[in-house]
Amino acid sequence: MAVADTHEIHDDHHHDHGEFIAHHFDGPEQQFDSGKLGIWLFLVTEILFFGGLFVAYTLYRSNHPEIFEQAHVFLNKYLGGLNTIVLLFSSLTMALGVRAAQLGKNKNCAVYVLITMVCAAVFLGVKAVEYSHKWDMGILVRSAFNLTYTHPAPVTSVGKWLHVSDYLVYISVIPTLLLVGFLVASLMGKLMEKNVFSKFMLGLSIMVGGYFLGVGVGLIFMDVAEGGANESHASIQTADQPLMLHAMTQETREDASHDENHDKTAESHPAADHVDGQAHHEEHAHAGGEAFSAHHPDPEKLSRNVGIFFSIYYCMTGLHAIHIIGGIVVLSWILWRSLLGQWRSDYFGPVDYVGLYWHLVDLIWIYLFPLLYLID
Amino acid sequence: MSDHSENLPAFCHPASPKLLYAVFFALIFLTLLTVAVSALGPPMGMPRAFAFPIAMIFATMKAFLVCAFFMHMWWDKGFNILAFLSSLLFVSLFIGMTLMDTSHYQDTIEAFDVQQLTGVEIAE
Amino acid sequence: MVDAVTRQKLFGTPEIHFLNCTKGWKSWAFTLDHKRIGIMYLIGVTIALFLAGIFALVLRSHLFKFDSKMLSDDMYNQMFTLHGAVMVFSFIIPSIPAALGNLVLPMMLGAKDVAFPRLNLASFYLWIIGTGCLLLAILSGRGLDTGWTFYTPYSIDTNTGVIYATFGAFVLGFSSIFTGLNFLVTVNTMRLKGQGWFKLPLFLWSLYATAIIQVLATPVLGITLLMLIAEKTMHIGIFDAKYGGDPVLFQHFFWFYSHPAVYIMILPAMGVISELISVYSQKRIFGYSFIAFSSVAIALLGFLVWGHHMFTSGQSQVVTLIFSAITFTVAIPSAVKVFNWLATLYKGSILLNTPMCYALSFIFLFGIGGLTGLFLGALSTDIHLHDTYFVVAHFHFVMVGGTLTALLGGLFHWWPKFFGRMYNDLLGRVGCFLVFSGFNLTFFPQFVMGSRGMPRRYASYDPEFLPFHQLSTIGAFVLGIGILISFIVLVYAAFKGPRCGSNPFRAASLEWQSSSPPDFHNFVHSPVLNDPYDFDSQVYDDELDTYISREFADPTKVPPRTEPVHH
Ligand code: HEM
Ligand SMILES: [Cu+2]
Repeated sequence: MAVADTHEIHDDHHHDHGEFIAHHFDGPEQQFDSGKLGIWLFLVTEILFFGGLFVAYTLYRSNHPEIFEQAHVFLNKYLGGLNTIVLLFSSLTMALGVRAAQLGKNKNCAVYVLITMVCAAVFLGVKAVEYSHKWDMGILVRSAFNLTYTHPAPVTSVGKWLHVSDYLVYISVIPTLLLVGFLVASLMGKLMEKNVFSKFMLGLSIMVGGYFLGVGVGLIFMDVAEGGANESHASIQTADQPLMLHAMTQETREDASHDENHDKTAESHPAADHVDGQAHHEEHAHAGGEAFSAHHPDPEKLSRNVGIFFSIYYCMTGLHAIHIIGGIVVLSWILWRSLLGQWRSDYFGPVDYVGLYWHLVDLIWIYLFPLLYLID
Repeated sequence: MSDHSENLPAFCHPASPKLLYAVFFALIFLTLLTVAVSALGPPMGMPRAFAFPIAMIFATMKAFLVCAFFMHMWWDKGFNILAFLSSLLFVSLFIGMTLMDTSHYQDTIEAFDVQQLTGVEIAE
Repeated sequence: MVDAVTRQKLFGTPEIHFLNCTKGWKSWAFTLDHKRIGIMYLIGVTIALFLAGIFALVLRSHLFKFDSKMLSDDMYNQMFTLHGAVMVFSFIIPSIPAALGNLVLPMMLGAKDVAFPRLNLASFYLWIIGTGCLLLAILSGRGLDTGWTFYTPYSIDTNTGVIYATFGAFVLGFSSIFTGLNFLVTVNTMRLKGQGWFKLPLFLWSLYATAIIQVLATPVLGITLLMLIAEKTMHIGIFDAKYGGDPVLFQHFFWFYSHPAVYIMILPAMGVISELISVYSQKRIFGYSFIAFSSVAIALLGFLVWGHHMFTSGQSQVVTLIFSAITFTVAIPSAVKVFNWLATLYKGSILLNTPMCYALSFIFLFGIGGLTGLFLGALSTDIHLHDTYFVVAHFHFVMVGGTLTALLGGLFHWWPKFFGRMYNDLLGRVGCFLVFSGFNLTFFPQFVMGSRGMPRRYASYDPEFLPFHQLSTIGAFVLGIGILISFIVLVYAAFKGPRCGSNPFRAASLEWQSSSPPDFHNFVHSPVLNDPYDFDSQVYDDELDTYISREFADPTKVPPRTEPVHH
């Protein structure tokens, strides 16, 4: 982090006044003010960084409203809502953690920071469920977007056993390894009587546990949600009709006037790259295509539009997820220092700064949620 | 708002837990409200198109709460607040000018699409 | 009030200073000292300058004949792309802020260091990584042929090393952000007690304004390049028309950063010039607050004109009009500065030493560069001039005639401070003369060619343009020799030059109150706050053969305060 403390971290709990004051500062206040302004400016750069994606979003939404109308079928607002609440809760615990640090209550601070980290991991777990489900349906970025994708049965043994997507299994490999690694490290620490280290590693294991909690809750939400919601799933798949086409037909039947406004837009797409796109397009190019779009939007056009939406969706949520992971890393550092008992009311800057970063990540999600999940 | 006791240094303002909890529940309430509007449609017979602006207004209210209390902006230095808000100004400038331009040349893009449809090859 | 011994200790040449207080490569590679980081940055950007300079000379040699076969067309494209990309991202953007700024900024505040020394070092390492990635594009064997602007759709379709290069520029962006953030915080929180905003030297105002741009604009470059990489690897369909995207949108993204970025390049240079003009006229800078606020005005207005790069790109008419109109307003604060410098010179006691020669060259060359910007900002003329050598000449007048000249002037000004040794002024001036005349010979003919229709980025041309191209090539070599001579003069001075005192030029900003070279902690005593343009606050000390603050001088010898004294 930004604050320059040139001093080593000590294991003992005695601190002289000014131990953490870097030599080039006059005192704790100047150091704190510098760090605080520094972190605010960092947040400014973050906002402009995300800003680029918000620009892309706004332009495509206002210039191509049809993109968004057609995309909402594939979104699960309940998973998004769940994650919103998880992040809001983590913001609360983070704020409480900062307060604990300000009062020099290092133990409380550690607990609150750990809860924040667990929430972050839960968030990622839910995200993993969401992403893997989309990949199963062939919902990818624009060029790989595949309208005619048929849902594969899981092939991995874990996938078969738990009836979950193979992609979810692949994503979960890293957290599983981390969990094992952290637990082993914690145990080793215990044996070697490195208490703080052992506790820290235990904390990290609990954090990774949060990921699996998130996956579990996410799967449950998904099952519950799909009954009433427009999300389609293997269980309602008819014969060998591709999932997405199925979802679209359902939608079109519900809302016959749906694609009226698309007829006036010229339909196109060159250089289609998905499996049977080219042949399909040539067959249906004019007469066929129009007849088809009487009940159903032109698949070419649909995969272009929805494809671009999901490009933006993946860019925004992906960049946000990277920030969540970054957040976990810096929060771990705070957890470690809390376990060492380093916070005092004249030295709590790092907790405050990391807290501000964490709230910003929450803040961005507060906007991403309505922008990406609540469109119809 | 902040319980500032005597022996804390001037730059240390712990926020009261009561306030933090209150903010949290307000945030949850607004989230649920947003989802409800999106699922059930806007209240009082407002047109469906209002759902989105309403969602954005709620999001902005939430953002205000997070900034003001979780991020301690309420007690922060004016300069820090100015820096933060200026970023929003520049993002909106970026969005505004670009949107103004791109919305004007969309028909050129549509024309390109039509050209594609009529089979004229566009070199890669 | 101090005695002669203390005076000698404070202002005489020190035995131990920041250059020799610790030894070994590790003491440099892991240093947190802003001065050492500044020097490492200086070495880095100099290497980048020479590398990209060699590319430029190769290009100019190729163009000596109108049907030259020296480079293949493909090689020519790669050569100008790498020249531009390395010059812009690795040399000119970090040059003055990260090298000179790092050396001088904390000292002008009387501070021990920048606010975040480790971030400062990180910035330098990011610079190395980023520059390395840019160059990887060559080593990858495929080169890079998009031009430094990476315009879509070509950058998506070409299979040259776009990904390496964009990643490199992305990393360099963060290096620049770190420097800017550090400077903003340092100026805000680490000023000497009592040093208000209006007691800051104008160099700091300009670095501050630059830092605002670095922090606000550079992240947009970051996301733009990431989106370009995503587009290239995954075809996300945002910029790529083949997938329903909008290639003009890329230009909006790119110029939202890159127009403000041209002010990242020029504002620090203007700051340097404000210092030089005032010190070497020994006259209080004219219109301090106008110069100070014009820096901030340029920084902010600079965000409103990016569309002037897109007049012929299919941008809509309404927006084109708006951008053109605002472009004209940017010229106002720039002109304010020029007039204030001229007014400072008026009736000053001008010392025409090397730094001042560079400063005067700057005023002349920047004047031409800025004025031709107005030709380009005018819609009807730009339709004719866009993508011709006129544009090439315009931006070289501001970037080379402006920034590089100011960098050299600044180096000659602060060199004695940081190395404690004086350079050979005669040879310095010879170098400056060659730089100035070589530069004009190179780029003035390009204005003429451009206005007659010679397009930029072409490997061969109509014989009609032959004489202009030949003059330009000769000029480029003269310019190269001039830079080389200046380089040799400086390096020689750093090791072998005669010792100089703490303040040989009678400058009044705080950094001159340290010894030359400065102590590791910058100041042994805490500096006495004074107005940076009150040169009368410095008096000559015959024992030390240098100028020192009145507060430290021998009271029996201090002359009464007067109007600025002549050398
Ligand atoms: C005094 C105010 C200035 C004005 C009004 C101005 C105006 C312009 C305009 C209108 C163009 C676009 C020309 C075209 O492509 O047709 C342009 C190009 C350019 N300007 Fe300036 N400019 C100014 C100062 C500067 C400064 C200070 C710098 C850099 C230090 C700079 C660097 C550039 C560069 C690099 C380009 C060409 C970019 C490219 O297409 O590769 N300009 N300028
Ligand atoms: Cu420009």
